Amino acid sequence: MREEVVVRVGAKILVPFIIMFALYVHFHGDYSPGGGFQAGVILAAAFVLLALVYGLEAVQRVLPPWFTRMCAALGVLIFAGVGVVTMLLGHNYLGYNALAPDPTHPEHGQHYGILLVELGVLVTVFGVMVTVFYLFAGRGRENS
Amino acid sequence: MSIVVDIVLFTLLGATGFALLKVRNLFAVVMLAGIYSLLSAGLFTAMDAVDVAFTEAAVGAGISTVLFLGALALAGHHENRPGHTPLLPLVVVVVTGGALVYGTMDMPGFGHPENPVHHHVADHYLEESYDEIGIPNVVTSVLASYRGYDTMGETTVVFAAAVGVLLLLSGARRSGSRASPQGKGGGR
Repeated sequence: MREEVVVRVGAKILVPFIIMFALYVHFHGDYSPGGGFQAGVILAAAFVLLALVYGLEAVQRVLPPWFTRMCAALGVLIFAGVGVVTMLLGHNYLGYNALAPDPTHPEHGQHYGILLVELGVLVTVFGVMVTVFYLFAGRGRENS
Repeated sequence: MSIVVDIVLFTLLGATGFALLKVRNLFAVVMLAGIYSLLSAGLFTAMDAVDVAFTEAAVGAGISTVLFLGALALAGHHENRPGHTPLLPLVVVVVTGGALVYGTMDMPGFGHPENPVHHHVADHYLEESYDEIGIPNVVTSVLASYRGYDTMGETTVVFAAAVGVLLLLSGARRSGSRASPQGKGGGR
């Protein structure tokens, strides 16, 4: 596929829009279907498309495997970390009301909590999907 | 109208399923599995489960297809004929399928407002979640806030799955693992 001009140019044009759409799905998850999980998969799909068209090495220069592995762990850390922070602020584990800037409106904290937690899901799912793809796509080449 | 959509989707789903059974070329099987996922996503949309349909389309039809193709590159394109007769699997499938269909007899009608599932905690979520959470999408409120522990567990499961695949496929062998060629940053 690497010599096909239409595929190469098409992929290059599509990727920014796919990434934009992933961010839209993530940040608009409060109002419409979507959220961290779907956004993570779509974000990973953008890089998978690049890897399919331009080759694994080209994408791994932008997004090295150590980085995607770190993402996979970092997301869980963000999610669990939000829980620890709410506990340190004197609420229950993952009790987002603790994050409200104005104590008279504790429900505002839910917005921040959900956004942070969904960010953790996004980072983990993105990291996991790309890591698994790298492993499958890179294995045949290593052995040959 | 919706009954027509349901019939069309289920017919295509059944046809795809039979084609999956019959085709021996694994490349065609992967493509058919992608179509199967896409049809399932359409079915979920018809049942108003848009979030599930979204995930199914992205994961089932998108990423899974690419991963299957990656596995095909390692395993070859043709499925061998099974060495045993299909009689025993057929009996198992018919008995299991019969039990499942029998199980649906006791289930309340789909979407019926009196179903227990709509009255356990759903009433509270639908009526109070906007005041308590302040987010219009109840699915997000339930996923991230009311059921935050479950979502954290799911995220951890996804992470654990990646660790498992890493251990199995990263190419690190017990002997001579340092000498084996690895990708950039493979040793971290």
